[in-house]
Formats: sequence, C-alpha cells, structure tokens
Amino acid sequence: MSARVLRDGPNFTGPKLESALTLAWSRPRGLIGWLASVDHKEIGVRYIVTALIFLALAGAMALHMRLQLMVPDNTLMNAELFNESFTMHGTTMMFLFAVPVMQGVQIYLTPLMVGTRNMAFPRLTAFSYYMYLAGGLFLWGCHFLGFGPDNGWFSYVPLAGPQYGIGKRADVWAQTVTFTEVAALAVAVTLTATILKQRAPGMTLARVPLFVWATLVTSLMVIFSMPAVALDSALLLSDRLVGTQFFNPAEHGDALLWQHMFWFFGHPEVYIIFLPATGFISEIVTTFSRRSMFGYPIVVLSLVATGILAFGLWVHHMFATGLPRVGYSFYTAASMSVSIPTGLQIYCWIATIWQGRPKFEVPLLYVIAFFFTFVIGGLSGVIIAAVPLDLQLHDTYFIVAHFHYVLIGGSVFPLLGAITYWYPKLTGRMMSEGLGRVSFWMVFLGFQLAFFPMHISGLLGMPRRVYTYPAGMGLELPNMLSTIGAFVVGLAVVLFVLNLIISFAGEEAGDNPWDAPSLEWATSSPPPEYNFAHIPAVESRTPLWDDRTSLPVVYGLKVESPELLLTTFVSASTETREPSAMPSIWPFVSAIAVSVMFVGSVFSPWAIPFGIVPVGIALTAWFWPKKSEPSEEAVIA
Amino acid sequence: MSSLYRNSFAAIALLALICGCDRDKQEPRGNPLGETIPIAASPDTIFPGGKTPPSLDPRAAAYEQNAYAIAQGQQLFTWMNCAGCHSHGGGGMGPALMDGKWRYGGRIDQIAASIANGRPNGMPSWRGKLTNQQIWQLAAYVRTLSGQVRKDAVGARGDTMSNSPPQTETVRKPVTQADSAQ
Amino acid sequence: MNMSGFQTALGGDALESSNFLSLFAVFMAVCTIMYLLVIGALLIGMWRGRTPGGELTVESGRHHESTPAFRTALIGWTALILVGLTALTIASFFTDRSNASVARDPGLTLKVTANQWWWDVEYTTHDASKMIRTANEIHLPVGVPAEITLQASDVIHSLWIPNLAGKQDLIPGRVTDMQLLPRKIGTYRGQCAEFCGIQHAHMALDVTVESKADFEKWVAAQQRVAFAPTTPLQLAGYHYVTTRECSACHAITGTPAGGTVGPDLTHFASRRSIGAGTLPMNTGNLYGWIADPQSQKPGNHMPTIGLEPADLHAIVAYLETLK
Repeated sequence: MSARVLRDGPNFTGPKLESALTLAWSRPRGLIGWLASVDHKEIGVRYIVTALIFLALAGAMALHMRLQLMVPDNTLMNAELFNESFTMHGTTMMFLFAVPVMQGVQIYLTPLMVGTRNMAFPRLTAFSYYMYLAGGLFLWGCHFLGFGPDNGWFSYVPLAGPQYGIGKRADVWAQTVTFTEVAALAVAVTLTATILKQRAPGMTLARVPLFVWATLVTSLMVIFSMPAVALDSALLLSDRLVGTQFFNPAEHGDALLWQHMFWFFGHPEVYIIFLPATGFISEIVTTFSRRSMFGYPIVVLSLVATGILAFGLWVHHMFATGLPRVGYSFYTAASMSVSIPTGLQIYCWIATIWQGRPKFEVPLLYVIAFFFTFVIGGLSGVIIAAVPLDLQLHDTYFIVAHFHYVLIGGSVFPLLGAITYWYPKLTGRMMSEGLGRVSFWMVFLGFQLAFFPMHISGLLGMPRRVYTYPAGMGLELPNMLSTIGAFVVGLAVVLFVLNLIISFAGEEAGDNPWDAPSLEWATSSPPPEYNFAHIPAVESRTPLWDDRTSLPVVYGLKVESPELLLTTFVSASTETREPSAMPSIWPFVSAIAVSVMFVGSVFSPWAIPFGIVPVGIALTAWFWPKKSEPSEEAVIA
Repeated sequence: MSSLYRNSFAAIALLALICGCDRDKQEPRGNPLGETIPIAASPDTIFPGGKTPPSLDPRAAAYEQNAYAIAQGQQLFTWMNCAGCHSHGGGGMGPALMDGKWRYGGRIDQIAASIANGRPNGMPSWRGKLTNQQIWQLAAYVRTLSGQVRKDAVGARGDTMSNSPPQTETVRKPVTQADSAQ
Repeated sequence: MNMSGFQTALGGDALESSNFLSLFAVFMAVCTIMYLLVIGALLIGMWRGRTPGGELTVESGRHHESTPAFRTALIGWTALILVGLTALTIASFFTDRSNASVARDPGLTLKVTANQWWWDVEYTTHDASKMIRTANEIHLPVGVPAEITLQASDVIHSLWIPNLAGKQDLIPGRVTDMQLLPRKIGTYRGQCAEFCGIQHAHMALDVTVESKADFEKWVAAQQRVAFAPTTPLQLAGYHYVTTRECSACHAITGTPAGGTVGPDLTHFASRRSIGAGTLPMNTGNLYGWIADPQSQKPGNHMPTIGLEPADLHAIVAYLETLK
C-alpha cells in the first residue's frame, strides 16, 4: 500500500475514515449540486416519489371513470373525456408508475444489497431519471393543455394512424413511450452491470439475494423487450409525421404489425412489473419467517424461466385477430406453461413460512394479501390462455379484472409491503404500525370489492373502454360495487401516503430493526453517502444471520476519491478497482437537449437534425475524459 | 450556439404546444342550427378602385387550423367522390386542387362558395346536400392540398393507396388567380 | 346474475357459446381446486408457525435446514400443475375443434363490414338480384350454420355476439371470418369489442335468431324495394330525403337516394334500434335522432342539419313507412 494514496485498512477505520469517505462521496450543496447528483440512493428516492405522484394522478383518473360508470347511461363524462381518461390512466400506470417505481427501488437497493458503493454507471442513472421526468411532464402537460392521447395505452393503428388519429394526440403518446423507454433501458443497463461486476467478494451467484436475482432477470428482460415498443412508436411517429406506409394496408403495410411489435414488448412488460415484486416477497418472507428461503435454486431458476418464457406468449393478446388457429395453440400452451415457474415460487414461499416462525408484521400481511389476490389473477390468466374462452372474454371487463388482480395483487401489494419494510432503512424511522394495519385492510378488502365484480360484468357482456352501458343487462350492481370499492382503495392509498409523511417523525429505527439477513441492513439507517465504511465480504446467503458479531470486510479502496471494487461474474472473487463517477451536471443538460429534440420532433422532422447538435455537445462534455496524474503506486502485473 | 438553437426550438415547441388547444379541439356538433359563417360572395381577389376584399371571418380561419375539421374534410372528400373529377388533387375532368391556381378564388371562404354554389362546366352545387359545417370542413381540407395550412394540423397520409407526397411535407403554393382550368 | 340476458356470455344460445360454458365450467373447477390448495397450504403454514419449538429459524440456528418431506411434496406439486395444465390444454383443444366444425358446411353466408360506428350487413347469394343489404342487424335461422365474412373500412373493430359465439376482429386490409350455429330462438345484442374511436360504446347490433320460416319471411321482406309514400306528409318527407342531405350518404332501394356512405335505410323502420343500438326504435327517438344526431351520439358522422319543423315531421313520417 502506497503512503501517497490514502486507502482504508485495519488501521484506518472509525470516525476519521467515515468523515473522509463522506467528503469523497458527497455532492455539492445547492440547486446545481442537487441536479448534478449521481448518488443512487438519492436518484432511487426521486424515482419512487415521482412514481407515487403519477400513481395519484392515474388513480384520480380511475376514480373519475368509476363515477361515470357507476350507473348506466351516465352523463358525468362525455365520450371524449372518458377516452382520454382511460388512455391517461393506462399509459401513466404502465409507463410512468409501474416500471419506474420498481426500477427506483432497484436503484436504491441493489448497490446496498450487493455490498458496493454506487451503481456501475451513476451519471447514466441520473440521466435516466431526468428523461423519465421529462416524459411524464410532457404527457401530462399535453393532457392539461387539451391534446393528451385518447386511443388507449396500446394505441392501435389504424385508429392512432395519420388518418384516424386526428391532431397530435397519438404523437404525444408515441413520444412519451420513447422518453420512458430510453429511461428504462438506461436503468436496466446500469443495474445489470452493477449486479454482474460489483458484488461483494464471496457473493457467488448462489449467494445473491433473491431480490437482486429478480432485478437481474428483469433488467435483461427490459433490454430485450423495450426496443420493440420504442421501434414501434418510432414507426408510428414516422407514419404520422412524414407519411411512411408501415401500417397502411393499402400500400403493403400491415395494421397487425403494430400489434405484434407492441405485444412482443407488452407481455414481457407485465413480467417486468411482476418479477421485482417476487423479489420483494422473497426478501420479506425470508426475514419475517426467520429462515432462509426454501428451495433457493428453484426460485432462481423460476425467475429465469419466467423471464425467458415471457417472450413467447405475446400472441395471446391477439387471439381475436384471425391469425391461423394452429399457431394459436402454441401460444395457449406457452401461456399455460409460464404459470409453472410461478407455481414453484409460490410453493417455495409457502414452504418457507411453514417451516419458519412467521411474525405477522405489516410487510408480511401484504405478502399474505398477495397470495390471496395474485393467485386468483394467475388462475384467471390460465382461463383466458385457452382460445375458446378468450374469444368470449377478450376485451371485456373480465380481462380488466384479471390484469388488475395480477398487477395490483402481484405487484402493488408487495410494493406496499416493501415500502413498509425498507422505509426504516431509507429514513431511519419506522412507519406507524396502527395506520399501516388500517390502510392494509382497507386496500386489501377495497380491492376485492372493486375488482371481483368485474369478472361478473365481463361475463355479462360489458366490453372494455366504453364510456357508458345500457340498462337492463345486469351490469348495474357489479359496476356500483366496483365504484364503491375503488373509492375505498383510493382512501387506503391516501392513508398509506399519509403514513409515509407522518412517519418522518416516527419511532427511530436502528440499523436492522427487523433483524434481517441481507447486506443493506449492515449499514446505518439511512445509509451514509458511501454506503459501507468497508466493503463487506460474504460467506453465505444470509450474511447477517451467520456472522452475528461482525461481518468480514475487505480493505484497500481509495478514501479521498470515489472508487469501487469489481469482482468476477460467477464466484465474485476480487478482480480490480475502478473509479466511480463524480457528481456532474451533464446528465441533466443532456436530458434537456434530448427532451427538446424529442418534443420538437412531434411537430416537425427538422427537430431531429437541428436538435441532435446540442445533444452531441452535451454528450461530448459528459464523456470528456478527465486528466489524471500517473499513478504513484506500483503496478501489479 | 447551442443555447440559441435550444432556446429557439424550445420556443417553437412551446408555441406549438400552447397553440395545440385549438388544433386538437373536436366540435362534431358544430353550430346545431347551421354554420353561419358567410361564404364568399365574390370569387375575385381584385376589386375596382383598389379596394381589398372583405377580410376573412376568424371563425372561417379556425376551420383551417383545426385538425378535426381537416380530417372530416378528408373523409368527406372520399365519401362525396370529389376524386372522381379532381383525383386526389391532381385534377382530371375538374381542375387540379394542389396547384396554387384558382379560377374562383383560393381563400377558404371562396372555396366554400365554389362547393356550395357549384361552378360552370361541371362543379355540382352542394348546398342542401351537405350541411354548411361539412362544406367548411371540405374547404379546409382542399386548402391543405396546396399546402396552405399549418403542418401540425394535417394528417401525413390517408390509409389509402399513396396518391400524393405526404401532406405534412407539401410545399405551400402561392394562391394565384387562374384564367382557365389548365 | 342475469343468465337470461340478451348480451351475455353465460347465455349459451349457440354451439360455440354453449361450448364456452362447458369449457369455462371445467376450467373454473380445476382453478378453484388449485386456489383452495394454495390458500389451504398458506393458512396451514401460517398456523404451524405459531407453535414454538423445533422450528427451523435463525433463533434456533437452523435457518438453513429443511424437512425432507417438502422436497418430495415439491415434486408432487409440480406434477399436479403439469397434469392439470395439460388436461386444460387438451380440453381447450377439443373445444376449439368443435367450434371449428361449424365451418364445414355453412348454410348461409353473410358479409359484415364495420365502419366507425355502424355495421354494414350484406347477405350474399349466388343470385345477385336476391342480395340484401341492411345495417346494424342480423337475422339468422335457428340450427343453420352461418358463415360471416368480416371486413373493416376504417379502423379495427370486433364483432361480438356473446350469446352466440366469441368475438372476431375486423381489420382493415384483412378478411377474417366467424361461424355461428345458433340453437335457440330469441333476440340478442352484439357489440363492438375493440376500441374504435369516440363512439365505440355505441356500436351495437341487434341479432334475431328465428325459425326457418320466419327467416324466409324476413328475407323476402328485405328483398322488396322501399314502400312508396302515400300521404302528403310522407310524400314531402320522401322528397326531402331523396333530394337533400340524406341522399348524399344513405341509400333507399327503389328511390333516387343512392348514397353509400351511411347505413342502408330501405327497411329502416323494421329495425329494433337506431344508431347501431344507441336508441330503441320508436317515434320519439326517431324525432330526436333525425333532429340532432350529435346530441344522441356525439362525434358520429351523421351531421346535425338544423331542420325546419315541417321538414322534420315529414322526414319522420316517411321513414316510418320504410318497414
């Protein structure tokens, strides 16, 4: 160890080390410093807070629609407003809430759980947040200005095409997709690199926490599926802006091309939303059953199998389009078989609870709610995987019930449990137990009241995306119940958010209030900027349960400038050290330049050649190499 | 330089966004007792004594800037078989609509007059066959064929066989008086 | 639950829809059993954990151990899922084959073209003089397999008559088809099931399944030209309809009105609804629709003309003769 470069070691530890590391890893104060942050914890919190705001906006849309559908032939909303509302609800929930909130939690937790100090590409992560925010502001800004999209979150052509998609609404939708896809891809890339190369020494692939496995599989799915929808929306923008013929049947284009490309993304998308939630479940079940996961290799293989199988199912969204029936049978079989890995995961979770000693704190309550709810959604999914059944149920409220059961039951309930579980780590305080239980029961029971009747109304003939329905079809009662349930859910979410806010002054939490086994609980709550004073080494899947006194650590990282430890892919043995990016304003500036280019290209194709110039300049400034002095340390060959 | 580009494009985009309200508004009911915007009394653009023609009613101009009106006009153009004589703007039995040459005036209220009144040598009169609102919508669409209209309100193409360059790229032809249909 | 509804997937009034009910029952049975197994296991697991002592937790230092029985049960669980899903897939396959068998020998051929926001229906025969064109309604003889060719003129729609069969999309640039074998006489309602624009919610059609004799009577009536007006009011209405705005879009066989843009009106008054299921057919609704279609179905392509009262009376009087 050179005396010239300060590195941590057995003799350099404690408060002196901590203040030196804080200096190295913190960002400047003030607005510019805030915009220039590359701290994954800060960016993760921004993602989560922004996503919750979009959840509230989309939820308000839903409640408004439920008021309209409460009674038949209602006149509360006209057709135009209703069509905009369900489009904004779906687009916001899918692109601006579900994926970003999962990615936000992943960004926050992954470096902590694998035992490193920051993400692999910190500035890319910052850039992705600004792109996400810009996309959301663009969509909602256009909505409030009166030309938000109104063709559904899936924006089928030819309805969204140049002739029937009147005005700029469909372009706004398509460009929002571009913004959010760029953001999601950037996050997926940085997460994958972090998980594969920056794990703590000794954290072999067989010891990686299950949430991190879920994050890895999800990120790879994002990388393979998001380009399909980004390309699809680009083709739509091209048709609408410069008159290409991609989706024009009269000129050898194809309206179904849109659907194939969209659903090739759209089906993996729902697993991108679901699999991180399975990661939450695994972590919460482990901690609150007081034992390690039964069948860890099975859970990992199930995650991978689900991730791969999810790419072979997309035609089940197109069973009514008249494609060859023989081909459909393949997709029926594939859609059925994707439930096998999930069924195995469920077995492993229940086996863990059974063999453990479960403590029914609020996070575990949400896991129980997941079982009751998601399994119904999964089984209704098995029902609609069969073509003869889907041909009746497709595009009815039965489908609405199905996907809300799997998305809310399968992702939102675990998310609420995860927020309750990790809130102490983020803030150093515990959430209110009483309010937590109240909002839990309200959201769980309110959800059943809101969405179970939709199975019935679908069977009774109510199609989707209708702003009203006639009396005399037996739809009055299910719709009334759904509306009441929706408002109960809305109130429950308000109470949950209230809990988040008032708990800032709640009971103080220590480093590890739940006595959980994974590495993020080995540091303070909230974690310091540098995450860990010394990089931990692990010897098992449950490091904090096996090394009750103190964790083994590695020494040798620089203290005065940000540096990361890279390890090998499978066995996580130490490989090399790598400097980590300092705070930088260029991700923000680049995001502004790219946003201007994207927004401009909605109105004129000239925005692309002109807009690329500032983008090029900002990216050049971003990547401009830093001059560094030659190292004074001996190079070890 | 970069900040100039950024600023100007931001300004254009902002303006385009803000002016979006009128562009995307849909008024399918229109004026339920009949559109009352006066169609042009005279097809001429030259008046004796150096006078100027009456200025265009702003409600008429609003038709040209409204994407819904233009899209409806595009549908009506197909439905009423305007292409039977005018093709898709290139002309045939009837004069071309994509050039800037107008025998009976190329302003939107003059085009509306041509549609409503009919014209010699074969242009039928549509008054009483189409509502006034539909006639204004058709006139707005016809204006786009020669590129007179803001590009963010037109659809680039129809879902038909390709019959013209994309409408969003149509170069604006100056509106001139034509002596004949050639 | 209204099992006897006119637009319900629980009706089972044709071959395909009754196949749906049987298959749905099978799936519901299997899925309910699986659900109860999962929830039962969960509840037992939750209950078992309450008993202290012998548990494999971190407190006892045995958090990495596990009872061998669970490994065996896992194999059983996987086998159960595989068997269950295979059985369901096979059941689905055989139902599909049964549904497809209707296509073998159609006794009736129809063509439905979907438009924003109405259905154009043509009954095709080898004899062109006997073709029927109507709108927003279908009549079918009971027990006769019908083949419906499906096309769309503008955007994607979906024809769904839940009492009779599953849905099929109508996609511009493609031709799809649907087969129906109705088994029960009755009146049903179908609805568009693919979001097609502002009035997607009001794009329904009236389906009548009747005896073969009644069907032949209906066909014969449809093949007649429109009734001629008799009273002066009807004559005034006839004059307006065939020379003014109406004839620009609508056709009435046997009159000069020959528009092809909107629904055929030759036997308009014999239909059960106006505006593709928006309003029931009666005089009051007819007045409302003709006077101001945009207030009844805002955004649809029929303009509000701003008729004089005398013209309105005349038009309604004439249209009511078009039985």
